[in-house]
Amino acid sequence: MTVHALKEHAAEMAAPSRPSEVVALPAKPSSRFDAAALARRVASAVLPPAIVVLAILLVWEAACSSPGASLPPPTQVWSEAYDLIVHPFFNFGPQDVGLGWRILASLQRVAVGFGLAAVVGVAIGALIGQSVWAMRGLDPVFQILRTVPPLAWLPLALAAFRDSNPAALFVIFITAIWPVIINTAVGVRNIPQDYRNVAQILRLNPVEFFFKIMVPAAAPYIFTGLRIGIGLSWLAIVAAEMLTGGVGIGFFIWDAWNSSRLPDIIVALVYIGVVGFMLDRLVAAVGAFVTRGTSAS
Amino acid sequence: MKPYLKLDHIDKSFTRGGTRTEVLKGITLGIDQGEFVSIIGHSGCGKSTLLNLIAGLTKVSAGAVLLEDKEVDSPGPERAVVFQNHSLLPWLTVYENVNLAVAKVFGSTRTRAERHDWIMRNLDLVQMAHASDKRPAEISGGMKQRVGIARALSMEPKILLLDEPFGALDALTRAHLQDAVMDIHARLGNTMIMITHDVDEAVLLSDRIVMMTNGPAARIGEVLDVPLDRPRKRVELASDRTYLRCREAVLKFLYERHRFVEAAE
Ligand SMILES: Nc1ncnc2c1ncn2[C@@H]1O[C@H](COP(=O)(O)OP(=O)(O)OP(=O)(O)O)[C@@H](O)[C@H]1O
Ligand SMILES: [Mg+2]
Repeated sequence: MTVHALKEHAAEMAAPSRPSEVVALPAKPSSRFDAAALARRVASAVLPPAIVVLAILLVWEAACSSPGASLPPPTQVWSEAYDLIVHPFFNFGPQDVGLGWRILASLQRVAVGFGLAAVVGVAIGALIGQSVWAMRGLDPVFQILRTVPPLAWLPLALAAFRDSNPAALFVIFITAIWPVIINTAVGVRNIPQDYRNVAQILRLNPVEFFFKIMVPAAAPYIFTGLRIGIGLSWLAIVAAEMLTGGVGIGFFIWDAWNSSRLPDIIVALVYIGVVGFMLDRLVAAVGAFVTRGTSAS
Repeated sequence: MKPYLKLDHIDKSFTRGGTRTEVLKGITLGIDQGEFVSIIGHSGCGKSTLLNLIAGLTKVSAGAVLLEDKEVDSPGPERAVVFQNHSLLPWLTVYENVNLAVAKVFGSTRTRAERHDWIMRNLDLVQMAHASDKRPAEISGGMKQRVGIARALSMEPKILLLDEPFGALDALTRAHLQDAVMDIHARLGNTMIMITHDVDEAVLLSDRIVMMTNGPAARIGEVLDVPLDRPRKRVELASDRTYLRCREAVLKFLYERHRFVEAAE
């Protein structure tokens, strides 16, 4: 995910707002026609993925139904993990809670680690983007650190913090911060000279410049970085929790594996995927809201 | 009497990668308070560079810019610029764009209500009050340029610097905005320095026209007085003797004596 890829991301983030506006406008004149059109639109959005999911389930069922299959078929997942699927928020004591609670515990860690990464990353990125030499010197370093897999940081983090929870937070932080820094710095570099001239003529001080010019002008870049960052955080939290233990979706999977509860793992995977998807969309939506107008200069 | 704004033997050169390009050489000019001065010259001769020097956005290589006998070496709101490409901040509405300037310049001296009135007054001046809640992307090029003018005026600048403010506009809008600027100049009496490519525009608006020679190392070739009474009406002037004489003088300078020669670049 270099800068080029990031720009595509930015374009992709900006795009969804348009079609929805265009489609929404003609929806006034006649109400009967509307209902039909709406139904058709919902159907066209919901049906294809539903069919695909159904097909996958069928193939999976067929492939895993034989007695010697190593993975459970969907029907078995449903019957054996029924409690997990239907009651995400049960609570039977410290290590026996619903997946909803575990996801929340993981989300809480991500919120702290990613929140820190966002604040620190934007601040560092803004500083670096201001100076050509800092950019030249630090960019290669960041490009290398960026590629270090999250878990490779864990032993160091455990050694440094001597406790698993801060270590997990640190892994999230260190994983998510690089794309935020790099994108912010690029965004700040790309602030048009015109805006800088306006700021100079108004004699904005550095703090005013940061909040009134730099952040809004670099917002599309910053949000691209944040979006990549939140995805990486979610990747990292699951892996980190597998090793650090405690309540959390990652440890749940590890625990289920150790006690051979494959259906539970499959349910957890679906949870993780859905939550990761929602996190991504959430940041994208916030980004689209905050940067409205900025891209169209 | 000493001039209000004084350009004193200004040289400007840019150095990049070891090579030095001289852009301006020995620019000396005095401008009186309330005067309207146009700078005209071929593309690339250094007009924008000169304006940026006066604004303080770039630093002189030699010489000095003096405003009321004080040296100018950094930008400030008393020398507001209307940029060639309007330079509005796209994430702010028209109102907020002007407010950014007003809040900074008058934040401590005027109340909130006074500042609001002042913003609306400046938007009214360029007839943009009706679009105060629009973002720059939602208004036309001429409207953006007008907001840029309102923003610059709202700083109550001692000197208003205009860098080809109407360059990208169609003839009708251009004429309309020229009238607006003349009107504002008449009412507020501030000093204005405007860069232009357009001979008619220069003659119509200016008290004096500064004609620059071609770069590199451009100089002030000639300064022409435009002794026309104000208020000026473009239609009446079309056949006015003095107007035509001034127009001819500028044209002669630009197209006979200092023709744009590509080889000289
Ligand atoms: N930052 C810079 N670094 C190096 N050279 C520059 C820089 N800014 C301007 N120049 C050079 O100075 C010369 C004058 O540029 P300037 O923008 O002032 O021209 P201009 O008269 O405003 O032209 P135009 O009418 O096309 O706007 C050009 O040859 C340009 O290449
Ligand atoms: Mg120019």
